[in-house]
Amino acid sequence: MTEHDPELLNVAPGQPHDSMLSETISYVVGLGLALLLTGVSFWVASTGVLWGPGVAVGLVVLAIAQMGVHLVFFLHITSGPDNTNNVLALAFGVLIVFLVMIGTIWIMAHMNANMMTDPALMNLQMQR
Amino acid sequence: MSTISETPAIGLTHGGSEDTGLGHRGPESKSIVVPYGFWLFVLSDMVLFSALFATYASLVNATDGGPITNQLFDRKLVAIETVALLVSSFVCGLAMITAKRKNMAWTQGWLLLTGLLGLVFLSIELYEFAHMIGEGAGPQRSAFLSAFFTLVGCHGAHVTAGLLWLGTMMAQIWAKGFRQDIIRRLLCFSVFWHALDIIWVAIFTIVYLIGTLP
Repeated sequence: MTEHDPELLNVAPGQPHDSMLSETISYVVGLGLALLLTGVSFWVASTGVLWGPGVAVGLVVLAIAQMGVHLVFFLHITSGPDNTNNVLALAFGVLIVFLVMIGTIWIMAHMNANMMTDPALMNLQMQR
Repeated sequence: MSTISETPAIGLTHGGSEDTGLGHRGPESKSIVVPYGFWLFVLSDMVLFSALFATYASLVNATDGGPITNQLFDRKLVAIETVALLVSSFVCGLAMITAKRKNMAWTQGWLLLTGLLGLVFLSIELYEFAHMIGEGAGPQRSAFLSAFFTLVGCHGAHVTAGLLWLGTMMAQIWAKGFRQDIIRRLLCFSVFWHALDIIWVAIFTIVYLIGTLP
């Protein structure tokens, strides 16, 4: 069976579904969710109702959720067996992205804290 | 992670195939391999951006007495930019649907709208950059602004490249029709365009929203 249909076990990222209806619904749902999450992000950032220190964390969570919406509804990355290769590549990409970002921010923050105790020194050496 | 020993079982579960995924079937067709390779490129692009994000986060307070984030960014402009790019990404998906049905008029129309919305995004960004540089907040002002222009400018450069690619694709579809290789390129373009929107989500959250918190 697979010899006649070599695409049975894999799909390319971003490949549209076969059914026009389900495809269109996927994009419309994706757009709706993305607009909703964007709207909530802008609201969370400008409202004074929420606990201040938590806002930044909340915004990051909303951003990650919206990225997930884009991946699933626009790029059609799913958990299905035909998507294993795409998901594994994505997982590796996400791993490297987090290693680079968290590692850098962590190390640079510690360097700042440990090496530049005097604010006046920071002005001289860091802030240019 | 004993994927290799489990592969035949997966093959048996889905579609009743006894295929191990390794031998006699040979490599996948070009319509799978090419977008997959492009997917790997897009992910490596995200790794590139992660380095720029890390740089920005490290330098965001290094303002050298110059303007800080709260004085520079205008949330309304960013909101318009965000919606323009998001809808552009959505319309690009509609273009993919019609392209699959080989409908020339709708495909060209949706692609044109995709490009116009991309152009709206790019114009607002260039206006913002010009405005900042005019106020003396150019990339040479402070480490923070260098990092800002590198990160956001790199995304803008990607959008510019995407628009050029989009124009090329419209011309190719017009001149050569919906050939299989053209469809493949169009699919790669859509992956690229959606990925740019994903990166923009991170930019408007980290740079513009968190940067302008009271």
